[in-house]
Amino acid sequence: MRPILMKGHERPLTFLRYNREGDLLFSCAKDHTPTLWFADNGERLGTYRGHNGAVWCCDVSRDSSRLITGSADQTAKLWDVKSGKELFTFKFNAPTRSVDFAVGDRLAVITTDHFVDRTAAIHVKRIAEDPEEQDAESVLVLHCPDGKKRINRAVWGPLNQTIVSGGEDKVIRIWDAETGKLLKQSDEEVGHKKDITSLCKAADDSHFLTGSLDKTAKLWDMRTLTLLKTYTTVVPVNAVSLSPLLNHVVLGGGQDASAVTTTDHRAGKFEAKFYDKILQEEIGGVKGHFGPINALAFNPDGKSFSSGGEDGYVRLHHFDSDYFNIKI
Amino acid sequence: MEVVDIDARAAKLGIDWSQVNFDSIQLPPGEDFGIESDDEAVYQDDQSEFDTGFGNIIVVDHLPVVPKEKFEKLEGVVKKIYNQLGVIKENGLWMPVDPDTKMTLGYCFIEFNTPQEAQNAKEKSHGYKLDKSHIFAVNMFDDFDRLMNVKEEWEPPQARPYVPGENLQKWLTDEKARDQLVIRSGPDTEVFWNDTRQKAPEPVHKRPYWTESYVQWSPLGTYLVTLHKQGAAVWGGADTFTRLMRYQHSMVKLVDFSPGEKYLVTYHSQEPSNPRDASKVEIKVFDVRTGRMMRDFKGSADEFSIGGPGGVAGASWPVFRWAGGKDDKYFAKLSKNTISVYETETFSLIDKKSMKVDNVVDICWSPTDSILSLFVPEQGGGNQPAKVALVQIPSKVELRQKNLFSVSDCKMYWQSSGEYLAVKVDRYTKTKKSTYSGFELFRIKERDIPIEVLELDNKNDKIIAFAWEPKGHRFAVIHGDQPRPDVSFYSMKTAQNTGRVSKLATLKAKQANALFWSPTGKYIILAGLKGFNGQLEFFNVDELETMATAEHFMATDIEWDPTGRYVATAVTSVHEMENGFTIWSFNGIMLYRILKDHFFQLAWRPRPPSFLTAEKEEEIAKTLKKYSKKYEAEDQDVSLLLSEQDREKRKALKEEWEKWVMQWKSLHEEEKLVRQNLRDGEVSDVEEDEYEAKEVEFEDLIDVTEEIVQES
Repeated sequence: MRPILMKGHERPLTFLRYNREGDLLFSCAKDHTPTLWFADNGERLGTYRGHNGAVWCCDVSRDSSRLITGSADQTAKLWDVKSGKELFTFKFNAPTRSVDFAVGDRLAVITTDHFVDRTAAIHVKRIAEDPEEQDAESVLVLHCPDGKKRINRAVWGPLNQTIVSGGEDKVIRIWDAETGKLLKQSDEEVGHKKDITSLCKAADDSHFLTGSLDKTAKLWDMRTLTLLKTYTTVVPVNAVSLSPLLNHVVLGGGQDASAVTTTDHRAGKFEAKFYDKILQEEIGGVKGHFGPINALAFNPDGKSFSSGGEDGYVRLHHFDSDYFNIKI
Repeated sequence: MEVVDIDARAAKLGIDWSQVNFDSIQLPPGEDFGIESDDEAVYQDDQSEFDTGFGNIIVVDHLPVVPKEKFEKLEGVVKKIYNQLGVIKENGLWMPVDPDTKMTLGYCFIEFNTPQEAQNAKEKSHGYKLDKSHIFAVNMFDDFDRLMNVKEEWEPPQARPYVPGENLQKWLTDEKARDQLVIRSGPDTEVFWNDTRQKAPEPVHKRPYWTESYVQWSPLGTYLVTLHKQGAAVWGGADTFTRLMRYQHSMVKLVDFSPGEKYLVTYHSQEPSNPRDASKVEIKVFDVRTGRMMRDFKGSADEFSIGGPGGVAGASWPVFRWAGGKDDKYFAKLSKNTISVYETETFSLIDKKSMKVDNVVDICWSPTDSILSLFVPEQGGGNQPAKVALVQIPSKVELRQKNLFSVSDCKMYWQSSGEYLAVKVDRYTKTKKSTYSGFELFRIKERDIPIEVLELDNKNDKIIAFAWEPKGHRFAVIHGDQPRPDVSFYSMKTAQNTGRVSKLATLKAKQANALFWSPTGKYIILAGLKGFNGQLEFFNVDELETMATAEHFMATDIEWDPTGRYVATAVTSVHEMENGFTIWSFNGIMLYRILKDHFFQLAWRPRPPSFLTAEKEEEIAKTLKKYSKKYEAEDQDVSLLLSEQDREKRKALKEEWEKWVMQWKSLHEEEKLVRQNLRDGEVSDVEEDEYEAKEVEFEDLIDVTEEIVQES
């Protein structure tokens, strides 16, 4: 499994996203331009220019026509995937941290950070079919109890009925997407002990995986918020992903970026670690990055995955045939 | 009430604990609902006595009985005597007079300024002969009630019924012959069985905040000592760890046991308020079993160290070094130009004198005998040679000494059974610009203690580490230049050469900087700690072959278990990452690994020496096959059981997962229509691939130009 090294970003990667068919890969980085790649050979297709700050997150519509991006320049933008044209800008008075399209792509959930006197919030926006008719109104705004704690990720639950969020306050919350009522929150006993850095849904929205700086990743039932599994690793987890094909999960992370220079690269453990989803046992690891891994994504066909690192590289891995026959 | 009972009762009454604010509950004062507090401090408070405030008053009896005319004279005499012993308070002398006869009653009360003065006066003047018939009897006023209550007739003291103590050695009788180890991580201190069959540690006892700094086993493993603000405590017992004894020493920093674990030495030092002063040191020696303080030593740090050239950085621990053997008879302290050797019968200096040895910088006890080795460096710019000497205690007779020239430093290494002493000598080269090393080897048990000089093949090699084989006659040396030094093995007696040291082998270019012999000898780990990232080489010295090489990345500590069967390697919190420990078999097979954040300490519980005679041990070694069969069968049973359990567990997990997936699938199916509506009627979920990949060839003519190429 020789990875394809994709060097297009000048700053650390922040997020990776495949489209539904798995032929396109969108990457976000702390430089200001999200980039589009061919997911098969790593060829660069183009960039989306217009943001004026680090881009934290993106999502692509089901038909691969629209892209939404969230950036530290206090905006979220809608793009035309094909032409790279900027369609609409949502202006917030705080950096946007995460974006997610709902099923049907008529709604999007956007989280914003705590900024000056603004508390962190989750916004729900209606996405118009025709960009001409797009408005900036929020359908719903949600606040966590501690507004100073960042909400690192918010995604839609099954049938757009709920919104699942996780962030610096270690708690996973499920909200009613209609009324904005807090429905459930994770138990302090079994929940994460440190910041939740990442959240990844299963393809059928039945369960999701969270990664945390407490060096664990946890698998939850998306409807009941019951803890199903815990995967323990040795480094803080920055990124998680679920294999759509096999019962595998992959965790990425590494020593905190600020401490990286103090030890050699082996000590940092910048590996993407594979675990058996059911048995919670480690299967193997993929080395290569020379900084912490910030982003991970599985191709929807489950036959390749890509990782983005603090080192500015995207590494695209097509699995060898051995991978599909792993027995433990 | 057990917690379970409480919960059950709460459930019955419909109380939700999470809704109860315990802080808001206030009990009526004095009410304890029949629950006795286990806080012993509460009881101590009750028992504590208040000072009567008469501590500075003494009663002087057997004074002459005098008439009124002589009263003043007697008063003058008494005042004169006691003014020498302390300051008497104004009107502090009261001599009662019989109102009928106007004669004095033959006693007086004297009030001093301080209780110390009173105490001093009492001690000094008790039994003072004023004249033949008047011998003073002096008592503290505070003691009077007690003395008055003494019964006229002597009663034999009540014999307390004998309460059998716990079996403190119970852990040695473990059926599976496992060893225990203690670890500290985060706030927790935990004791485990090292269960290598289960490939996991089995918990014995766990407590958060068990100690305030560190824990330590006693040398024979009977006790675990913890450190607290108020002092040290030892724990042990048959089943769980109960507190056996406490030793009061506030802000204790360090502790040390005597080798026979009869005595515990505690150390506390206080930083001086004025940085120019030396720090204050207080050391107490306790009897471990009774908890009685046997002696305490106080002073400035200077008195407990030899005072290095760059000022005093506090005393080096252990301040008191215990003589070898199980008798715990002697302990020695090194201070500037003196060695003070104490004996434990009276806890005083042997012969009431310290030994004066000018400029002595290091002392070392033989691990088995009361022989002290000491090193004195060169003085007078080389006019007076450096000296290594062996001194017999308590006779203080010098058994052997050797003068050494142009020495820069010496390190003494005793072999564990006290048979040999190796002295590593660093000498200056002729130019005095660099040093080279050699060894002086003493054979203690032979007549006249012969000394042999050993130099390495390349005598310019730097010596990185040295270690004796425990109970053996071999030693290992790491020498040469980093990063790939050589490792050599030497023997004090080989079959051909009984009286001379000879080299067994040299291993070239090893990534090692530390040596760890198995406690039973024969096996050694050549370890590359810290800078070498935790390289481990398990080496068999009998066969001179490497059994295994391994790596415990970033390992900082290595410790053999007391039987030499297993080794623990650990990454402690000096590193941020990878904290935890790994257990290996003696031949380098990794058995299991435990990760713990903020991992501070790992220590195996030592075992007392075996009761088997050397012959018996040898016999067992010879007939090992007979014994091993039994254990191998047991091992196999356990491993079969384990794999069976593992299979079951996996099966259960898989089934559970399947259940969930089924549930999700049916929900997903139910919601299919809703989803379709959300997608404006688009049918496809992800499950079916309804699109087909078609290869389309596309040709685009961009530009055509015609160019005529001229034929030449």
